[in-house]
Amino acid sequence: MIRDQEFLKDIASYCIENSKKLGATDVGVKVIHSVSENVSFRNKKLDESNRADSFAVNLTTYIEKKKSSINSSDLSKSNLEKLIERCIDATKITPSDENNSLPDKDLMSKEIRDLNLYDETHYPNDKKIEFLNKVEETASTEEKIVNTEAGFTENKNNFILANSNGFLSGYKTSNFSSSCVAVSKINGAMERDYEFGSTRFLQDMMKPEEIGKIAADKAIKKLGPKKIKSEKIGVIFDKRISKGILSTLASAISASAIARGTSFLKDQINSEVFPNSINIIDDPKIEKGLGSQNFDSEGVETNSLKLVENGILKNYLIDTYYGKKLNLKSNGRSGGTTNLYFENGDLSFKDLLNLEKKFLYITETIGHGGNIITGDYSVGASGFMVEDGELTYPVSEITIAGNFKEMFKNITLANDLEMKYSTNAPTLLINQMTVAGK
Amino acid sequence: MSNFFKDTDIDTSQAEAIVTKTLKNCDDGELYLENHKSESIVLDDNKIKSSTYNSDQGYGFRAVTGEVVAYSHSNDISKESLRKSSENLKDTLKSKKGVYNHEIPKTNSKYYENINPIESKTFDSKIDLLNSVNNYLRSKGSIVNQVTANFLGEHKSIEIIRSDNQVLKDDRPLVRFNVSVVLDKDGKKETGVYGVGGRQSYDDYLKDGSWKDVCDEAFRIANVNLESKPAPAGEMKVVLGPGWPAILIHEAIGHGLEGDFNRKKTSAFHNLMGQQVASEGVTIVDDGTLHQRRGSLTIDDEGTPTENTVLIENGILKNYMQDRLNARLMGTKSTGSGRRESYKHVVLPRMRNTMMLSGKYSQDEMISSVDKGIFAVSFGGGQVDITSGKFVFNCTEAYEINNGKIGSPIKGATLIGDGPSILKEVSLVGNDMKLDPGIGTCGKAGQGVPVGVAQPSILINKMTVGGTKL
Repeated sequence: MIRDQEFLKDIASYCIENSKKLGATDVGVKVIHSVSENVSFRNKKLDESNRADSFAVNLTTYIEKKKSSINSSDLSKSNLEKLIERCIDATKITPSDENNSLPDKDLMSKEIRDLNLYDETHYPNDKKIEFLNKVEETASTEEKIVNTEAGFTENKNNFILANSNGFLSGYKTSNFSSSCVAVSKINGAMERDYEFGSTRFLQDMMKPEEIGKIAADKAIKKLGPKKIKSEKIGVIFDKRISKGILSTLASAISASAIARGTSFLKDQINSEVFPNSINIIDDPKIEKGLGSQNFDSEGVETNSLKLVENGILKNYLIDTYYGKKLNLKSNGRSGGTTNLYFENGDLSFKDLLNLEKKFLYITETIGHGGNIITGDYSVGASGFMVEDGELTYPVSEITIAGNFKEMFKNITLANDLEMKYSTNAPTLLINQMTVAGK
Repeated sequence: MSNFFKDTDIDTSQAEAIVTKTLKNCDDGELYLENHKSESIVLDDNKIKSSTYNSDQGYGFRAVTGEVVAYSHSNDISKESLRKSSENLKDTLKSKKGVYNHEIPKTNSKYYENINPIESKTFDSKIDLLNSVNNYLRSKGSIVNQVTANFLGEHKSIEIIRSDNQVLKDDRPLVRFNVSVVLDKDGKKETGVYGVGGRQSYDDYLKDGSWKDVCDEAFRIANVNLESKPAPAGEMKVVLGPGWPAILIHEAIGHGLEGDFNRKKTSAFHNLMGQQVASEGVTIVDDGTLHQRRGSLTIDDEGTPTENTVLIENGILKNYMQDRLNARLMGTKSTGSGRRESYKHVVLPRMRNTMMLSGKYSQDEMISSVDKGIFAVSFGGGQVDITSGKFVFNCTEAYEINNGKIGSPIKGATLIGDGPSILKEVSLVGNDMKLDPGIGTCGKAGQGVPVGVAQPSILINKMTVGGTKL
């Protein structure tokens, strides 16, 4: 069972009091308990069950402008006592940094809104097994599917975040997720694809049959891919990967990248970075949202931010430390974005595919070929050719490349946004990328 | 005696009794105990950005029957917690008819000393060195825009209690020292990264000013990249330099030869045992026994002593890498490749130090044989799709080759290839095998473990280079 707030508060208070006793001038601490139960299946048989019960304490102590941290999974007071001593010792001899401090008191979150992030329902392993059976039954219906794997994970979390300025708050969250991976085969060659669902509430989970069917259909469609010749072509990003563009933006406008001068978007605030039809929002207060939160990882209140308005970059993602460096106040983004999304575009998916006679439609990328400093981008990709608005044949073993600065300016959005992850984007087209193939 | 039950309400013999009782009628399983201490000290932007000490301890209790693995882990080492885990395992494995396999080979070898690198260098001297790195690099001129340097050190003690009171132990030091520099010249910014490490103390890698070599190398790479022009796009010949570029072997071949993917028949290699999968001059091993290397282990995380496993010999596929579970199901022996990130994770067959052995050609011979292609010296990281066999890696230092001569440096580009066919495209194997500097971490199923790679220079006849220039 997940431990209650009182238990976690007691440990948080113990850490703060003891750190102060040993000479800390400021203290920040987070205490977390999580319980996770996972069942996985392979070819319609139980493969693995895994139960995890984990505690964690993350403590940061300050002596004036000196700072050091410890993390531990052992919550016993005898262990914490030793670690706090070690933390204070390290703090004393760490050089000062004038930007080290707890957040401004007036920025701290004052009240907790119930964002509907916790479902107390326990889904017993027997039920998970039943669910996975249905997933794999559906996934393996087609003869071309030679292997299926499926998993169901239930997570319950509780945490307390506290600091020596009197902040002490936390809440429970839950997460249910299920996935299916299907392997298809034809003429000795195999392809793999998947479907995945993640929700705060059990009742919102996709139907098992749906998960299985989507994974199998996608794996079969990928069979018999061709390598195409190298060319410049418009590339359409499937919704599963179009959200990656937003993750890149988030890294490039984090206060740390801006303050360190290591972002291709440095000095671009209030400049046109995207076409003027594009708006990008980061909203932490969406009910049941996978990225929702009442406050950020420092306890600072978070509210909805328009990062990009009519194509113009309006806000960075700011925490306390780098905010001070930039002479800006924290906007509650220590720990990054929350529920980040593009507002819908104007075109339907079908109209987008018909904008030109020929496109490359990408469903998967591999590799980490994005460089936030230069904006250069080059990744491995697979997907389909689009001819006259129809997906004609699968494509693989190619790369797509460009530079984010130009890619951002050449984006056209469809209107099929879904809130499936914490970062979400509709299908999108980027004109004129370089595809390397044969 | 075990250190794990000190200050708890349970002693070793009681724990052993719970293990033996729980694993009755199971094929395999163990109680794995781990104490992990680690530190990270980071200098960034002229300041000590963070200093963190982590202390983690816990157990993972595993019961295996047939193909089914039941696992329960916790950081609460107590009678009650173990009892609950035992119940949880027994619940999952309702019908078990296994026979416990007691056999586990013994070893007297040790591939590293039991030292704690965190304590063997003072905090002060670590801070001093980081500041020296910053000053040294910034003294190279105003083009130095950013310097980041960090110490990562850890000490892990593990203890494996098997049914029938067999206890196996290992103590593992590990360090890594990294430097990253960003140069800014006429508005163009480029990065260079270099690091060193392994299973010794920090000073073994940094003494006598050798930390300056790490700085110089990071600076050199960034400088080369400042002059880089757009990379070409399309299929061409590729010469790979020795050492770290062997992550090509790791991604393209290594993962596909892990036992689990082959037992499950999801690897593109599953039906190729005994067949020619590479050119004749190609021999690849996975070796856990190299002294003090990042990927080495005295025993793996199931207690099996590691070995030097031949994967491909003169082009012929000889062995997969096995943990106990996959070995049993495939009717073979564990190769000492059963690894886990921590007590929070189940065991999987993993790589250790994956190496392509030297052939007879010089790097010059390779380069002069290429009319048009690229010469790749260093990589960032890679990834593979096991099933289709497609893999990628990203160049961080590469040059074009024109008419047998090395030309301009080119911008970072992704290279993509097909695992089962790439080694057949290796036409020349160099005589200059080199180990990587000890910085690799391999990710699989959400678990990261330290690994090493090595290779000589090689010439690949045809690979797709993902640049922007057509």
